[in-house]
Formats: sequence, structure tokens, C-alpha cells
Amino acid sequence: MKTEDLSEILHQHPFLGDLADNYIQTLLGCATNIHVPEGAYLIREGQVANKFYLIRTGRLTLEMDVPPRGTARIQTVGPGEVLGWSWLIYPYRWHFSACAVAEVRALALDGECLRNKCANDHDFGYAMLNRLTQVMERRLEATRLQLVDLFAATPGVDR
Amino acid sequence: MTTSMYAVEPRVSDPMTVHPVSIRRVIWETDDTFTLQLDLDQMKHGFSFKPGQFNMLYVFGVGEAAISISSDAAKPQLLSHTIHRVGTVTSALAQKKRGDSIGLRGPYGSSWPIDVSYKKDVCIVAGGIGLAPLRPVMYELLRNRNAFGRIILLYGARSPLDLLYRVELEEWSKVYHVEVLITVDRGDSSWKGHIGVVTTLFSYIKLDARATIAYVCGPETMMKYTLDELERRGLPEHQVYLSMERNMKCAVGFCGHCQYGPDFICKDGPVFSLPKVHHLLEKKEL
Repeated sequence: MKTEDLSEILHQHPFLGDLADNYIQTLLGCATNIHVPEGAYLIREGQVANKFYLIRTGRLTLEMDVPPRGTARIQTVGPGEVLGWSWLIYPYRWHFSACAVAEVRALALDGECLRNKCANDHDFGYAMLNRLTQVMERRLEATRLQLVDLFAATPGVDR
Repeated sequence: MTTSMYAVEPRVSDPMTVHPVSIRRVIWETDDTFTLQLDLDQMKHGFSFKPGQFNMLYVFGVGEAAISISSDAAKPQLLSHTIHRVGTVTSALAQKKRGDSIGLRGPYGSSWPIDVSYKKDVCIVAGGIGLAPLRPVMYELLRNRNAFGRIILLYGARSPLDLLYRVELEEWSKVYHVEVLITVDRGDSSWKGHIGVVTTLFSYIKLDARATIAYVCGPETMMKYTLDELERRGLPEHQVYLSMERNMKCAVGFCGHCQYGPDFICKDGPVFSLPKVHHLLEKKEL
């Protein structure tokens, strides 16, 4: 794929939204286009987290191994969303697996490349972290709501 | 098109009069949720209701429960209630079979104002059994499909086995071009759909904030976070309606069990516009 095409794809992804042109150019050096067939795993729990993914199409479920019950499916990420921030946090290991439940097209950003660019240009680093923390906040909020078990029956309410 | 707005007066002359009706059909939607279709032949004056209203269903010798009407307002002869078996009365209702008799009084409460959605997009957000009182809205919208813009349904349930009206969900999507997005809090290995709370589905839709009306029904916490999402997308409060739930007893605002600030959910609700109740949603004691 041509570099200018990749640049356009990066621009169009909601995560990068209004990111300045020069930062998109900075990201280009770390980005590759990937394709994950249905049923294949993009990442595996425990493996080195060296990528950050911007999902363009398709869906992945995030899974955790919960012995002896087996695999717990926790969350889905889909078009316009991002996958993974373990590339940013030492010891850079995935805490879950991600399986494509529908064929996925995504941009993969190299984790080490991104870390270096964030360290070398703090303004760029702030722009990336600012976006990532918003994603983290939303995911945390969603996880808390899952924990609350919203649909559990309310004692005394008879409906 | 049905013009349904607030403060619908109960049709019965004595709002406490219980009418005996027999059960025409019992449909188990999930392990703990069922739909009772009632035979209204015994009701001399007929029966009509508006989407969003509820009835008091009475199991003789056990008690009453407020249950939202889940059927099509244009087909009152097929009056149905979808019921979650959680307490004494609903458990007793779950024991009923075709031909059994129960008591009914109603309809009560306010209705979803469907006329405000005319020529606009509609975003329906439902959680769990909250889809039941919104199903009559969907029937109204689909009966006049061309009178509305996009119809989006965001529906969340606890697990794939807890999803209601699965056949209809598919039909709404395929036949009527409703954008149906479904999620479950807990998926299993066979579930290929979305996993996560219903608010996560907002990531996949774009709303025209000025031209969208939102109807929201589900657990109160879910509704609060849904309202946050709608606010983030710029939807003005006056374009948002929600159905509140409290333990209703008399259904006519006499007993005070369902008082909600200055209002009674049974009489002034259950459907409210957001500006009317927004300030109350954060109050713990209510």
C-alpha cells in the first residue's frame, strides 16, 4: 500500500481524529496494514505486547484464560476502536487474547517505534497519551458497569 | 400515526376496579422472562392503550404487580405483557397457563411521545426487560416507517440467553431497515456478537444530534450512563425521553409508594422527558 494511502487511513480513524498532519506523518513510520481472518487470534495472553492496533473493519473479542473454567469472553472491539495499551506499559505483555469473530482489517502501530517517538517528541507523546487515556477511561467505565451486573434482579421489586 | 403524549388518563371509571381476564397464550422468551397474551373478551368496554403505559396484573390471593404493556397498541385484542420472574407476584404469574384467569386494571401512566419523532431519526436504547415497554414504540414506528428517518436500536442484555424477541429483532433489521445493534454483558463461546455494556454500542453509530429523538429504558444506572453518551453526542435534553421504574402499588398516585421528587412514577410517569427528571437522577434517596 502506498504511504499516502496509509496516511489517509490514519487520518480517517476516529482515534486519531483531529491529530495534526505532522503527527500523522510521525505515525506513518510505525504503521502497517494488517488483515486477520475470522477465527484467527491477533494477540495472545502472556505474549510480548509490541503492537497497537487501530481497528478499521471487523470485530475482535477480548478473552482471558480462567482455569479451570476455560476461556472468558470479556469485551468486543470493533470498527473505529483501538486495541491494546500494554505496548506502553512495562513489562509490555498482553493481559488478554484477541480473537477475530469477524474478519478484521486494521492498522498495526509498532509499540517500540511509538514509544521512541513519544519519548523524542513530548508534544506528540502528550497527544497520543491524551487519546489513550480517554479510551482507557471509557473502557474502565464499561468494565465497572459490567461488574455491577446491571440486569440482576432487584430485591423487593416485583416486575 | 398515533399521537401519544403525556398524562393519559386511565380509561376505567373507577381506577381501582379489577377486570378478570383469561390467559390466551404464554410465551417463554428466556429462562426467567415470559410474555402473557391476554384474552380481553370479558372486558365489556374494550381496551386501548398507548405505547409506554402499564397495567396492574393481579394474581388472585397473591397480589398485584405493575407490568408494562409490550404489545402493539393497534392490536389491543392481542394485549401482551412481558414479565421478568423476580418476586412473589411475578413468580405466581409464571405458574399460570392458557385459560387461567387473572385480574387486570389499567392502562396507567404516561406514554412515549411518538409524534415528536415525525420526520426525525429515532434512537432507542434498551437494557434487559427495558425492551418490553419500547416494543410498542417500535410497532408504531414501523407501521409508518416512511414517516421517520433512521431508526436505531441499541439493545443490551446480560447474556445471549437473556435476549428478548430475537425473531423480531432480526425482522426489524432485515425487513424494516432498523439499525439493530445488540450486546451482552457476558458472552459464551458460541456468541459471535458484541460483548460489553450497551453504552459501548454508541462507538458504532453516528447521530445527527439536532434531528434525533432518543427513547431510553432499562436499569437506572444503565440509563444514567446512556444519558452521558447522548450528551457527549450533543443531543439536547428535550429530545430525550426515559421510562422510570419504582415499586408501584396503587397506580393512580394515591399511595405514594412510587413518589419521585414532586411526581409519582405511576401517574406522572413512567415516561418522562429528560429535563423533567435529570436533576433527580443523581439523588440517592430517591
